[in-house]
Amino acid sequence: MELQYWIWIAVGLSFSLYIGIAIWSRAASTKEFYVAGGGVHPIANGMATAADWMSAASFISMAGIISFGGYDGSVYLMGWTGGYVLLALLLAPYLRKFGKFTVPDFIGDRYYSNTARSVAVFCTLIISFTYIAGQMRGVGVVFSRYLEVDIVTGVLIGMGIVLFYAVLGGMKGITYTQVAQYCVLIFAFMVPAIYISFLVTGNVVPQLGFGSSGADGVYLLDKLDGLHKELGFHEYTSGSKSLFDVFCITMALMVGTAGLPHVIVRFFTVKKVSDARKSAGWALLFIAILYTTAPAIAVFSRTNLIETVSNQPYDEMPEWFSKWETTGLLGFTDKNEDGLIQYNADTTVNELTVDADIMVLANPEIAQLPNWVIALLAAGALAAALSTAAGLLLVISSAVSHDLLKKMVMPEISERGELIAARVAATGAVCLAGWFGINPPGFVAATVALAFGLAASSFFPAILLGIFSKRINKEGAISGMLVGISLMLFYMLKFKFGWFGGGTKADWWFGISPEGFGTVAMIANFLVTLVVSRQTPAPSNEIQKLVENIRNP
Amino acid sequence: MKNNIYWKKNIRYITILLSLWFIISFGCGILFVEELNTITIGGFKLGFWFAQQGSIFGFVGIIFTYIFLMNKLDKNFKK
Repeated sequence: MELQYWIWIAVGLSFSLYIGIAIWSRAASTKEFYVAGGGVHPIANGMATAADWMSAASFISMAGIISFGGYDGSVYLMGWTGGYVLLALLLAPYLRKFGKFTVPDFIGDRYYSNTARSVAVFCTLIISFTYIAGQMRGVGVVFSRYLEVDIVTGVLIGMGIVLFYAVLGGMKGITYTQVAQYCVLIFAFMVPAIYISFLVTGNVVPQLGFGSSGADGVYLLDKLDGLHKELGFHEYTSGSKSLFDVFCITMALMVGTAGLPHVIVRFFTVKKVSDARKSAGWALLFIAILYTTAPAIAVFSRTNLIETVSNQPYDEMPEWFSKWETTGLLGFTDKNEDGLIQYNADTTVNELTVDADIMVLANPEIAQLPNWVIALLAAGALAAALSTAAGLLLVISSAVSHDLLKKMVMPEISERGELIAARVAATGAVCLAGWFGINPPGFVAATVALAFGLAASSFFPAILLGIFSKRINKEGAISGMLVGISLMLFYMLKFKFGWFGGGTKADWWFGISPEGFGTVAMIANFLVTLVVSRQTPAPSNEIQKLVENIRNP
Repeated sequence: MKNNIYWKKNIRYITILLSLWFIISFGCGILFVEELNTITIGGFKLGFWFAQQGSIFGFVGIIFTYIFLMNKLDKNFKK
């Protein structure tokens, strides 16, 4: 059957599944809307968290980024998984015990202050909006690439679907669609990976095939190191970044993961404290399936690519080469006019440009897999983008209707009123996100790191200290959060956007990139919080009792 | 009193497991990656393997160990 039909079938089926789930799981109360009624099974919540967490970037771009960076790509692998250890051991169980709906809820109550709550709402909104814009863009790109509609139509279709199940079902609808989306995306990711691993190494487990040898008996990684040296790239298995910077980026991504509001709220949806721990474990296990496969795909496709194109005549390239050339993801200019493709680290002789996304998207074609696998990949990429967008959307709408409206502006609002407000806020957020998806601001890519840095430098210390120290008071927490965020914003604006005089790599403080600076801003937050708390009165007995209570199961 | 014992044990578990978390990722995957890369197992240089595979498996193991320990502790606490 023709590819186009397969794609419409895969996307159509998965979309009707999501809509069906949404109709079945309509939210009737604010508790259902914010935390799915609080009775989600830990394994289901683990799947939902995994889908929530793995965005279009994890699904489409990560393997490609690793395949170009080699060892340098490890920061994403470790950084985006290690945060779950922090979540499971330090935050999730206690936040579940606290038992409210949102992150600002915890900050506001623990630090007995609406100023603290407002700062938390502000951070939540910034983090979530920078994220969601990228997701809607991802939806648009997948639609336009596979279904041959233009990006605007793609974004609008995506908006419609998310709007439908997020507004109707709230967290309840989102949770169960995310479970379905996890199944779709992991299946779509693993099928081509297993296929390719078997083709290249004869081993069906990509995690093992990655360390095996190809048909010629040479270990893949050794071969790739050799190819890289030959072409002037740095060795695949060792990095080009400084050790200190790698350390800081990994730390910032880990801590940022643990501080992201849309991940944290998932742990409010389970029944009891022990379930919160369990679902963090399951979530990481489900994520690890994709995250340990991605570096294997990176190696297979990198080797494949170099062997297929390097020093080969352009006229003899397989069909997929010209197909992806038309999308602009592959580019070839014959600089020395010898008809051969020179792929080299030296930009003056290099004739090939390759976009990182192609490593996952073109994989099935490079490995000559059947059409239905390609269709599956399209459905999987959409599932990854939509599930993350929906999770973020909910965080935005609850920050507005619950934290801002109910807790601060109009506390006497009725349950029904709050539910309507939540739905209106969700609708507004979808429209704004869609607008960003259609008119992407140039800073989308740059601000993903900003979101992690912000979460690391604001929420993580405030929540952690709020649980593990009774002495920390509102003065300490508020000044800590403000110093942390401001420092992070300043550094990002200076080195990413050229504000405050700008600066280049040579001007980085201690050689730390903006991506890794969240670590420094977080340490600053910790120090300020501790020092200010020491100088100001301890929290009341009631607050100390609250902390005591959170700590017991 | 009972609360205190529970909390102290919990803190001890957390300290031990977080040290492990640090060693397998920041230790084996970043700080000592060069040294470990001199050892190869199968087609993997060990440091590289920790950075791209081993640390992730380790993280999963750490969380499930913590779940196991805390479930036991919870049971004692409720007695």
